[in-house]
Amino acid sequence: MLKIDNLHARVDDKDILKGLNLAIKPGEVHAIMGPNGSGKSTLGHVLAGRPGYQVTAGSATLLGQDILDMDTEERAHLGLFLAYQYPVEIPGVSNMEFLKASVDAVREARGQEAIDSVSFMKRAREISREVDLDPAFLKRGVNEGFSGGEKKRNELMQMMLLEPKLCIMDETDSGLDIDALQVVAKGVNAMRNEERSFVLVTHYQRLLNYIEPDYVHVLAGGRIIKSGDKSLALELEAKGYAWLEDAA
Amino acid sequence: MSQQQIDRAISKEYAAGFTTNIESDTLPPGLNEDVIRFISQRKDEPEWLLEWRLEAYRDWLKMTEPSWAHVNYPPVKFNEISYFSSPKGLKDRPKSLDEVDPELIDTYNKLGIPLHEQEALAGVAVDAVFDSVSVTTTFRAKLAEAGVIFCSISEAVKEYPELVRKYLGSVVPRKDNYYAALNSAVYSDGSFVYIPKGVRCPMELSTYFRINEQNTGQFERTLIVADEGSHVSYLEGCTAPMRDENQLHAAVVELVALDGAEIKYSTVQNWYPGDAEGKGGIYNFVTKRGVAHRDAKISWTQVETGSAITWKYPSCILRGDNSVGEFYSVALTNNAQQADTGTKMIHLGKNTRSTIISKGISAGKSSNAYRGLVRMSPRAEGARNYTQCDSLLIGDKCAAHTFPYIESRNPSAVVEHEATTSKVSDDQLYLCQQRGLDAEKAVSMIVNGFCKEVFRELPMEFAMEAGKLLEVSLEGSVG
Repeated sequence: MLKIDNLHARVDDKDILKGLNLAIKPGEVHAIMGPNGSGKSTLGHVLAGRPGYQVTAGSATLLGQDILDMDTEERAHLGLFLAYQYPVEIPGVSNMEFLKASVDAVREARGQEAIDSVSFMKRAREISREVDLDPAFLKRGVNEGFSGGEKKRNELMQMMLLEPKLCIMDETDSGLDIDALQVVAKGVNAMRNEERSFVLVTHYQRLLNYIEPDYVHVLAGGRIIKSGDKSLALELEAKGYAWLEDAA
Repeated sequence: MSQQQIDRAISKEYAAGFTTNIESDTLPPGLNEDVIRFISQRKDEPEWLLEWRLEAYRDWLKMTEPSWAHVNYPPVKFNEISYFSSPKGLKDRPKSLDEVDPELIDTYNKLGIPLHEQEALAGVAVDAVFDSVSVTTTFRAKLAEAGVIFCSISEAVKEYPELVRKYLGSVVPRKDNYYAALNSAVYSDGSFVYIPKGVRCPMELSTYFRINEQNTGQFERTLIVADEGSHVSYLEGCTAPMRDENQLHAAVVELVALDGAEIKYSTVQNWYPGDAEGKGGIYNFVTKRGVAHRDAKISWTQVETGSAITWKYPSCILRGDNSVGEFYSVALTNNAQQADTGTKMIHLGKNTRSTIISKGISAGKSSNAYRGLVRMSPRAEGARNYTQCDSLLIGDKCAAHTFPYIESRNPSAVVEHEATTSKVSDDQLYLCQQRGLDAEKAVSMIVNGFCKEVFRELPMEFAMEAGKLLEVSLEGSVG
């Protein structure tokens, strides 16, 4: 699914990723943990193609295709989805309009036929209920005046509608109460299948109680310094990161 | 998103920029009393109207061009403009469309304005004005059944002289301003609407203005009178070919809403804006004003995307008690375009109310100014105004300005003014692109969202048009 080799990237002339390696197979869930400033969010943005994030060395392929030279939207068409840590507002553009435009664009790029508006709206309303958002939110501006939790659930709704191949979730759990966290976990678990992979960037082991990862990686100083199974998350929760950083 | 992407997204070709090859009777350039006599004679006008024009001309000679607007352009050479141009064969207004040159009908078809009634947009009657003359007015018979008069103003002068004489210049006096005086002297055609007492006009009325001939100016005059308790919705659209020279469009629109009447006037202005470097394009210097009598309502909605320079302030004089004025505006400037636009709400009556929603969008290296006056007169007891003025910047070479003027001479009057300036942010574009939208689509969606409050005031058929127009006008703005 995703293969990252020796990835180096900088933001504002500051080197953030310094030789990161990661391989993810279809159907796998990888959790990425690590101290603040280690490059977790940067990894997501570099893969998604955020302007200003400069790759200085290394490679990344998604489904066998080199994505680093692609436009942001081309990566999305290929199946990459990033759930944002801080989703922005787009005033006046209704959620429904945004979702439809986005699904239309992705389907068109993939050579799939467009979904008619009626079935789309029906599907969107179903999903909004699944993520515990009142369908009235579909009529509101994108993230306009949403609470932190509502924004995160809105991201999840977009992810469920777009049916991506690789879902990168950047601290989707931060700022969520237990109920909302369970909603998010339920949504992700329902989406898990043999052809879809997840990267969960998180600070807390708590999320992993609900979404069981296949692998846990520790990102520090721009590299993955330790990988393990879900028990590694528990160990980190108990011991912190310092022992790993010292060892690295 | 890169500057190139933004640039690409805001710069598309001007689709209405073609020229119609048609022979015209065009007056040689220049302006003097003989030119005015020619126009008046050609239109078979009564003596009073000729005198009215001449007086306006003499006043105009004594006036100077206004310089307070936030726009820059070389002085207009009024003697190099032709003041009258008519497609040949239209000397007498054609009795039916069969007599109209097919080239002309084709021109309007290309612009998406079919003149054959059976092909026309259901429920919209059109007066088509080509250079200085009205070509045809559709659905007149159907409107006449309801007692509605909709015709060219030249015909109205002949057929309804009392109405024209009573109201022409009653809202915008001849000497009102430099361009209004010029228009009064040389106006050639335009639309006339009269809605009788208590009648709700059964169709949308619309006028489509087209400038074709080179070096001509278009000076149209629109007069709409809504008698007591009547209702009308009117829409105007405009386009012009792409030419390297600047062309002058100086129109006057007068609205009279008598007691309890309602006039909704919408404009979709898409005059040729000039090329990316600012060469060519229309100078759109327009005076639009309405008088609202007791319990009457006047609502202006405008979507301004064209013209090299726009200078217009559709205004409401809220003369009668409880009258209502509204102004909803989207003004988009790209490349080297300049706009200085806004409104005036003059509250004279008691409990008068006005709402101003202005959305300015600047892209490229354009300049976009909102200029608005809200005046509460001493007897405007309990009057209220709410103004919201939002500017959106795309890229970093454009400018947005806001010049609000508030004069309140009545302590019970309430005036509210809110203003915001925002940019299409990189983060918004990034979100859209991550969700699969390309930069152009993303910008146009964000801009459309920004304009939503105004678009929903447009008649349904035109709200979609306006959205598309915005998209085209924005092309190449993303970078």
